[in-house]
Amino acid sequence: MSAVPAVERLTLAKAINLGLRAALEEDPKVLLMGEDIGQLGGVFRVTDGLQKDFGPDRVVDTPLAESGIVGTAIGLALRGYRPVCEIQFDGFIFPAFDQITTQLAKVRYRSRGRLSLPVVIRVPYGGGIGAVEHHSESPEVLFAHTAGLRVVTPASPADAFTMIQEAIASPDPVLFFEPKGRYWDKGDVDRGFSYGTATGEGLDRARIARAGTDVTVVAHGPTVATALRAAQAAAADGTSIEVVDLRTLSPLDTATVAASVRRTGRCVVVHEAPVLYGTGAEVAARISEECFYLLEAPVLRVGGFHSPYPVARLEHEYLPSLDRVLDAVDRVLAH
Amino acid sequence: MNEPDMVQLLTPTGELRDHPEYSPRIAHLDPDALRGLYRDMVLVRRFDSESTALQRQGELGLFPQSLGQEAAQVGSGRALAPQDYAFPSYREHGVAWTRGLDMADILKQFRGVDHGGWDTEAHNFHLYTLVIGSHTLHATGYAMGIQRDGAVGTGDPQRDAAVVTYFGDGATSQGDTNEAFVFAAVNNAPLVLFCQNNQWAISESTDRQSRVPIVDRGKGFGVPSVRVDGNDVLACYAVTAEALERAHSGNGPTFIEAYTYRMGAHTTSDDPTRYRSSAEEEAWRRRDPIDRLRLHLETTGELPAAFLAELDAEAEAFGERLRRDVRAMDKPPTSTMFEHVYAGAHAVVEAERAWFEQYEASFEVAPEVTR
Repeated sequence: MSAVPAVERLTLAKAINLGLRAALEEDPKVLLMGEDIGQLGGVFRVTDGLQKDFGPDRVVDTPLAESGIVGTAIGLALRGYRPVCEIQFDGFIFPAFDQITTQLAKVRYRSRGRLSLPVVIRVPYGGGIGAVEHHSESPEVLFAHTAGLRVVTPASPADAFTMIQEAIASPDPVLFFEPKGRYWDKGDVDRGFSYGTATGEGLDRARIARAGTDVTVVAHGPTVATALRAAQAAAADGTSIEVVDLRTLSPLDTATVAASVRRTGRCVVVHEAPVLYGTGAEVAARISEECFYLLEAPVLRVGGFHSPYPVARLEHEYLPSLDRVLDAVDRVLAH
Repeated sequence: MNEPDMVQLLTPTGELRDHPEYSPRIAHLDPDALRGLYRDMVLVRRFDSESTALQRQGELGLFPQSLGQEAAQVGSGRALAPQDYAFPSYREHGVAWTRGLDMADILKQFRGVDHGGWDTEAHNFHLYTLVIGSHTLHATGYAMGIQRDGAVGTGDPQRDAAVVTYFGDGATSQGDTNEAFVFAAVNNAPLVLFCQNNQWAISESTDRQSRVPIVDRGKGFGVPSVRVDGNDVLACYAVTAEALERAHSGNGPTFIEAYTYRMGAHTTSDDPTRYRSSAEEEAWRRRDPIDRLRLHLETTGELPAAFLAELDAEAEAFGERLRRDVRAMDKPPTSTMFEHVYAGAHAVVEAERAWFEQYEASFEVAPEVTR
């Protein structure tokens, strides 16, 4: 008789912590590296307690150099390790941009599949936390644009727990974007998922976060919660919103989005990153190709503006709010 | 600028010099071994001239010569143990030779048929890296992996391993190279940072990269550093052997500045007459790395005519085979564009591959229809 998997109510940050712990326990080749992730447990405490239990050779406080972190992770992966790097904040990933896009993404291709770089790069991203400059950005699309990388982002504690383990198990490099504004949101987590069964293949699918019939709202990471709140508010007015949580930007699960839009005929895409050349643009293009004759309205986008991320006192006007999502929903329904 | 000491065991006129620290490291090299190093350098230079000619004939898109740097590369490469791992830049044809590569494989990239070209793990020789300095961090990480595998400081010469990474004077300005020094130093990684200061980063002389001798930079990172005459194959062998011993025994990284000269152009696309004098080139020709070992072997009577004739024939056959192999390298099938982007399926790649296949197939019209 198999044990009934325990369901626990956890924060998203704790769910990632437990996922990392499971991988460290099961695979001696897994190691964590980053700035302040050891004794301090990371500035968001996501790696809390892990150095104490797995030692400083497996939970490594690195020099303060992001390119160095990713570059040495590539070398460790070539030697057979599975490094999980933490970039402290979204805006600090750019010193490592070269290593990620010109090296990490391309080694498998350049070696014609002989070399594998199973490196995970964890990036707390997004705004809404009242932070200073460079601490609230959403650069995920810059990586989704680079072939060779997988780019994923969990929106719930349950997904965070399984997806971090799938990411570590993946033979491909994975950019793992963590919605830092949702770190302390709680949700039920099925602890029955085991790292030993992870293959990395569980990272390819979007999910329907809420079923609906009138409008499809596509979101990822931090905006999934916003979309769900919008759906709740709209329901009170008699509008039924279906929320699609993309979960992965590369690959993009167009099939799930298109299937939803074929049912609703209307689509709004929401993300914190600027709209120009963003995920919304990609989704809109693909939906127009696949669902053109079923669309009742143009695909609308709700996202950040084409300005640098603003000062904290203005971020709530910059970020896609409940009201801005509902405004877009009203506009697609007006067609 | 005070020029630092430079380790030299063989003078440009081929005389052996005694060095209390480094001479013992070459004491075991008998005349056969010395002739072996001579053969290595001659064949690597032949590779260089054949490849340059192939580029001029339009068979290669580009070729970066290693001309003049044979001693630095062969001397250091021959000091490596089989289990050691090398991370080259893109001019390390001499090191590739010492790692047993099929030299034609190197030319796949320059013919435009492959981004890599060889099985890295079969030779413990990583792919060429074209972004300057990036690979120094990969080498450092690999060395950190060796540490975690417990393959340093065991005292077992078959087991203790180290990594050597090659870069140039220009790369010492890159952030990644400096970060490699930091990571290697604080981790005490089994790494040899081997800089070939060939005096020129394309058209920029070394004084555009550093106000101090490059070897002096190691000190600030806490990495033991040595400058060696990069045109002296014996000295390069000796300092690398010492650095590897330090790494193997768990005593951390070493920085070597091999002071040498890029006798050729940066690549076949470059024109050095625009930025350096023929007098400078002539001065370095008098320090040719192959000449000085030849002079030494001649003086000691260890370079018999039969050996030279055999080597000459070997070089001819080697050149002929290179030319044949390169010309036989065909354009890869277009389907390979979509292969190995990811380990498994990726919806976007699969969709684009499928679309492209049907697009290409749409041109396959029966001949009678087109007539």
